[in-house]
Amino acid sequence: MNVHLILFLAFGAVAVAGAVNLLAQTHPINSALSLIAVMAALAGEYLLLGAEFVAAVQVIVYAGAIMVLFVFTIMLLNAGVEERTQGSRVSVLLGIPGMLLGSILVAWVVLRHSGTEAVAAGALPGDPKTIGQMLFHEFLLPFEITSILILIAIMGAVVLASKPPSSPANAPTREVE
Amino acid sequence: MVPLSYYLVLSGFLFACGVAGFLIKRNIITIFMSIELMLNGVNLSFVAFAAHWHALAGQIFVFFVMVVAAAEAAVGLAIIIAVYRTRETLNIDQVNLLKL
Amino acid sequence: MTQNPYLWLIPVLPLAGATINGVLGHRSSKRAVTTVALTFSGLAFALALYIAATFSSADAPYGFTVAHWIRSGSFSVDFAFYLDQLSLVMLLVVTGVGFLIHIYSVGYMWDDPSYYRFFAYLNLFMFFMLTLVLASNYLVMFIGWEGVGLASYLLIGFWFTKDSAASAGKKAFIVNRIGDFGFLIALFLIIQNYHSLDFTKVFAQVQPIAPEIAGAGLLTTIGILLMVGACGKSAQIPLYVWLPDAMEGPTPVSALIHAATMVTAGVYMVSRSHLIFERAPTALMVVAVIGTLTALFAATIGIAQTDIKKVLAYSTISQLGYMFMACGVGAFSAGVFHLMTHAFFKGLLFLGAGSVIHAVGGEQDMRKMGGLRSYIPLTFLTMLIATPAIAGIWPFAGFWSKDEILWQAYQASWVYWLIGVITAFITSFYMFRLLFMTFFGDYHGAKVDEHGHGTHMVGHDEHGHGEPHESPMVMLVPLMILALLSLVGGLVGWHNHFEHFLDPVFKTGAASETAGEAASSVTEYILMGISVGVALLGLFLAWFLYISKPYLPQKIADGLNGLYEAVLNKYYVDEFYRRVFIKPLIDASTNILWQGVDRKIIDDTVNNAADGARHVSDEVRHMQSGNLRSYAGWIAAGSAALIAFMIWMGVR
Repeated sequence: MNVHLILFLAFGAVAVAGAVNLLAQTHPINSALSLIAVMAALAGEYLLLGAEFVAAVQVIVYAGAIMVLFVFTIMLLNAGVEERTQGSRVSVLLGIPGMLLGSILVAWVVLRHSGTEAVAAGALPGDPKTIGQMLFHEFLLPFEITSILILIAIMGAVVLASKPPSSPANAPTREVE
Repeated sequence: MVPLSYYLVLSGFLFACGVAGFLIKRNIITIFMSIELMLNGVNLSFVAFAAHWHALAGQIFVFFVMVVAAAEAAVGLAIIIAVYRTRETLNIDQVNLLKL
Repeated sequence: MTQNPYLWLIPVLPLAGATINGVLGHRSSKRAVTTVALTFSGLAFALALYIAATFSSADAPYGFTVAHWIRSGSFSVDFAFYLDQLSLVMLLVVTGVGFLIHIYSVGYMWDDPSYYRFFAYLNLFMFFMLTLVLASNYLVMFIGWEGVGLASYLLIGFWFTKDSAASAGKKAFIVNRIGDFGFLIALFLIIQNYHSLDFTKVFAQVQPIAPEIAGAGLLTTIGILLMVGACGKSAQIPLYVWLPDAMEGPTPVSALIHAATMVTAGVYMVSRSHLIFERAPTALMVVAVIGTLTALFAATIGIAQTDIKKVLAYSTISQLGYMFMACGVGAFSAGVFHLMTHAFFKGLLFLGAGSVIHAVGGEQDMRKMGGLRSYIPLTFLTMLIATPAIAGIWPFAGFWSKDEILWQAYQASWVYWLIGVITAFITSFYMFRLLFMTFFGDYHGAKVDEHGHGTHMVGHDEHGHGEPHESPMVMLVPLMILALLSLVGGLVGWHNHFEHFLDPVFKTGAASETAGEAASSVTEYILMGISVGVALLGLFLAWFLYISKPYLPQKIADGLNGLYEAVLNKYYVDEFYRRVFIKPLIDASTNILWQGVDRKIIDDTVNNAADGARHVSDEVRHMQSGNLRSYAGWIAAGSAALIAFMIWMGVR
């Protein structure tokens, strides 16, 4: 029982709790806040593993930008408590058991093979310098491509979310044929 | 010292929660958030393996996953807004016109 | 084998003519078409004459290989030609008579709107027939064999808008095909056992085999199957039924194809394969029996026919029977001799009949003719030469060949001889009957007051005469040439010159021939006298019934009512075939093959497959509900299954 393990368990508990809460809550804003908690906990896990840069990016980009975007959208659309409609039986009847089965199988395999090799705290050299060197040498091409990807995503988002040119009076209540 | 398998179990659990959320929830935005949860779980497993095998490429990969998740979130939310504008609802069971 | 590099030219020249006329003919003038057709067939004839002039028995046989064809392991067949004495005789007959009939057709078909098509087909026929005759192996012969069948179909059905003509063409081709089936099986047997189809190679292997006295064996089977093929092509029992119907074609066609050349292909083929037949006595006997029976059978039908061309058709079948009888008793050269003389006088008879039909404006029923000798004297003169020729009266051509056959038949068995003599009597009777009914007595026909030849020819010249008229010179000159040949053509048989000429091919001539000739020349002269006497008897009977007492035939017909009806209706053979073979075949084809197999099995399988696909998709389409959560559920379940499978594979 060392500090490493305790910290791991602490962060892990927060992550688990956040994940379960995401499922349990009915209002999407609560789920969003739970997700932010999960991400923060994961940032902590990354730090434990020595990936400092990734942890920082996680907090800044993921929790700080993406989740904020989510919260914005929830508030923009005035999402309320979700209704309990009975949409699909397949998803519950087939999906949940499938998911459980898959998880248990994977867990079983993983636990059989990995055993007790330990990961030291701070094992990775995760400082920005090393990351940067690797990013701009071996992974230059994916880097550039992802920059184009983001550009396209921005354009797409702008186009999709922009107001349609017709007047607001006819648009919303009409069924799409 | 934390065994690798602990990290992997945690990552798997997060992933499973993400899948469950995707299957159970009815609000589109919540479903989207479950997808993000899945991605996070996967990220954790990437970093854990990177640490285990001393391979830096794992972190780089996490980096790219995050970038893609950001792009995806942006576009996805824009789609949700567009859908909301036409359908006036955020319930996924009512967005089912692509049926035979 | 001496090489003769010009052999391939002989068939190819008419082919060139056919191609030019076929492709360019419809836009060319009649003069151009005529020139092309006559030039190419004339050139072929000239080349044949040249080859005959430079032919030397010492150098024979000649050969020439044009190109490789099949090379399959140890089996090889080439496009190769072969010329020996037998081929030379056939070559001269085909090109000579063919050329004369080409000239005749210029006049006969002048007013036909499809003038060019006729000559294209006629040249095409010459090409195939020459390929058949000059072939160096069975396969090239088979090309010619099938090709002449095709040309026959095209020419019989030349006026294809007429139902009966189109059906006659079909009948000819289909019945021929049945014979070809036998021919093909024989070829397969030859390939299987002798690994070649080349004449020289096959016969070299057959030569040392002892005759199969004890009955059936390989050579007997091959021989009988070859005979089946010959029955189809040469109209013997039971496959003769197409030849009378083939008279639907234009008369020059009947003359060339169904008298002089194509139908003799069977005789040629049997003669060419004589080595096989001589070693299979049973097969040879089958040939002789079929020939003899056919000769008698067809002759009896000919007595009662009223259509002038049908009489000649049955006469052709009967004379072909004589040729097969000759081959069947081993006298192949006699059969070939009769083939040659028959080409002369039968060709002349058909062309003369065409001239008669032309004269009376298309009428072919002899009861509506009569007394034509004053109207068409030249035609009458030529027919007057042809009829004794076919009856076998000395010194016309037919006498020499027919007498030779009867003499050889007598030496084999008196039964063959007796039936041959009876048939000769009947032949003489119905041929003179034809002559008397057509040219003597009073004219019973309709006046030729409109242009057109009744139902048999389309658009002839617009004479507008009221009475029968002579044919133009272009039709009469071939008649006269053939008449000359019918008169003197038999003289090559004097002192067996013809037979000695063919000896190197048949090799049988020398020993047994001189023995027979020297030993019983008295018997031979007696038999000669009997055959001539019988022919004169037939002439007398015909004169008696049709000139002296013309009311008698009707009374005899009424008296023998049932028998007469049977003979008039050709013993109902066609009706029998229809009931026993054709109708069951068509019924089975309709009910079993069409309704059963094609509709129920094949169509239904396809339809049911389509229906099944639709039903399945009807059920499965509900999976695409548009509901995202269902999709997600399926994805989760599917990925779980995939993970399980991968783990299971990894564990194994």
